[in-house]
Amino acid sequence: MSSQRPSAWYAVPAFGFFALFAVLPMLLVIYLSFTAWDGLGTPALNGGENWSRLLEDSEARASVWRTLVLMVVSWLVQTPIALLVGVWAAGKQRSRAVLSSIFFLPLLLSTAAIALLWQALLEPNFGAFVGGPLFLGDPDIALYTVVLVISWQFVPFHTLLYQGAARAVPPSLYEAATIDGASRVSKFRHITLPQLRYTIVTSSVLMLVGSLTTFDTVLILTNGGPGTATRILPLHMYITGFSGFEMGYASAIAVVLVVLGTALSLAVMRWSGFRQMSSQQEGS
Amino acid sequence: MKSRPNWPAGIFALVWLAVVVGPLLYLVTVSLRSRAEYLGKSVWEMPDALSLDNYVTVLTGGFGQYLLNNVIVTVATVAIVVLVTVPAAYAVVRNTSPFVQKGFTLLLMGLAIPAQATIIPVYLMITRMQLYDTLTAIILPTAAFALPVAMLVLVNSLRDVPRELYEAQAIDGAGPLRVLVSLVLPLARPAIMTVVVYTALNAWNGFLFPLVLTQSESSRVLTLGLWDFQGQFGTNVPALLAAVTLSVLPIFAVYLIGRRFLLSGLTAGFGK
Repeated sequence: MSSQRPSAWYAVPAFGFFALFAVLPMLLVIYLSFTAWDGLGTPALNGGENWSRLLEDSEARASVWRTLVLMVVSWLVQTPIALLVGVWAAGKQRSRAVLSSIFFLPLLLSTAAIALLWQALLEPNFGAFVGGPLFLGDPDIALYTVVLVISWQFVPFHTLLYQGAARAVPPSLYEAATIDGASRVSKFRHITLPQLRYTIVTSSVLMLVGSLTTFDTVLILTNGGPGTATRILPLHMYITGFSGFEMGYASAIAVVLVVLGTALSLAVMRWSGFRQMSSQQEGS
Repeated sequence: MKSRPNWPAGIFALVWLAVVVGPLLYLVTVSLRSRAEYLGKSVWEMPDALSLDNYVTVLTGGFGQYLLNNVIVTVATVAIVVLVTVPAAYAVVRNTSPFVQKGFTLLLMGLAIPAQATIIPVYLMITRMQLYDTLTAIILPTAAFALPVAMLVLVNSLRDVPRELYEAQAIDGAGPLRVLVSLVLPLARPAIMTVVVYTALNAWNGFLFPLVLTQSESSRVLTLGLWDFQGQFGTNVPALLAAVTLSVLPIFAVYLIGRRFLLSGLTAGFGK
């Protein structure tokens, strides 16, 4: 019987490929964080120099803070909208089906396309809001404007998650509540929300990790500016490595990014008592 | 059960509709304006005339090359991912050896690796492999980072196949390769479609790897091309937005033809 089963060789190409281009880079980035490298020559070990420098780098600390603000505000903006629109779109009415097919349109655009579109839209002299706020040009609101763009891009995805989950809630629960005379709001609070709790966790992890690693949107929209108002951690890493040619130091920042991302996913899952993550969800 | 219409929710949905559609309308209408109209008139005013001139400007400005590169990168990435993951998923479901099972667990942990954090070592590896500034340089890491979700989707789908089906094939004397072709491939077709769409979207819209791993115009993909147009066109925003619109059209066509597949590919691995 066992000879009829596929040999382990069937898995070797996939595993090998993944080991070479995903696992090896993860190990290499740790190694590189202990080297000095300008991107051209050979990386040379320099002990813990990058790490002690990182501890004293006020720009890095500021970019961690901006990243946290971006994560929290994006979560606060996106979750209620995605939840409400998703539950609404789960209804069987024809009008809802038609509208939800429009709601998903932003998903078709690449990040680059979305960033360029919004940049034109918010342009202070010829955009759609001439005479309004400066948006991306105002250091006080540039980061929140980035949140707006990110939300426009990603709410449709999370809506899709909530729509699917809301459709899976057993209708009998609502019928029983209706017979008991429950109001619409109370049904939402006492049936829909508890039934969607795993989806809320999944969606939140994806949102938080997604904002932690936001990169291309900000690079195109502001390149970290005005000044350093939107220079978040991944962008700080990119600019340090590929514009400042300090690849070793940038690798140390990359390690921080990995640690933060992993800690964040674990914390949300632990805090919400959700253990089935590895078998069901997660992603990029 | 008939329920009365939910007005507050309906109004909220309409507001959200305006938020979603507004920028898209802006995109398409501005791309149809002349540069003079764009500079001279507010976008809220009706233009005197619409024209396709901006599209002509874009299509004669290197767009074709970028589009071709995008197609090559997307097709090659999808081909690699499907070719390596289908047999591997079959092995994970039917081979209980620790190598296969531990390997799969490790691969799933890859879901948590942010690609952003690996660009420096990937850049080092690609330059050492003499692949810098080639399309291959984009394809290899893009495919590698699509593997965890692809494996998750395929393994979940193959786990639903009843064991008896495999055993019946074995009794008929079919070797693993024949089982793969005559049983696994047909049964996993919807899952493979999901993987194809998910991988294709990632490759089509990818920005980070092309940004770091390519340089010259001959290996430039669409997303980077758009960014480059921004510098090239300067204040000719209508032309830039025409390029953005053109870059969306192929995916929009897929959306019209196979919305169900597209949406399943988008949410690949995150529930039903």
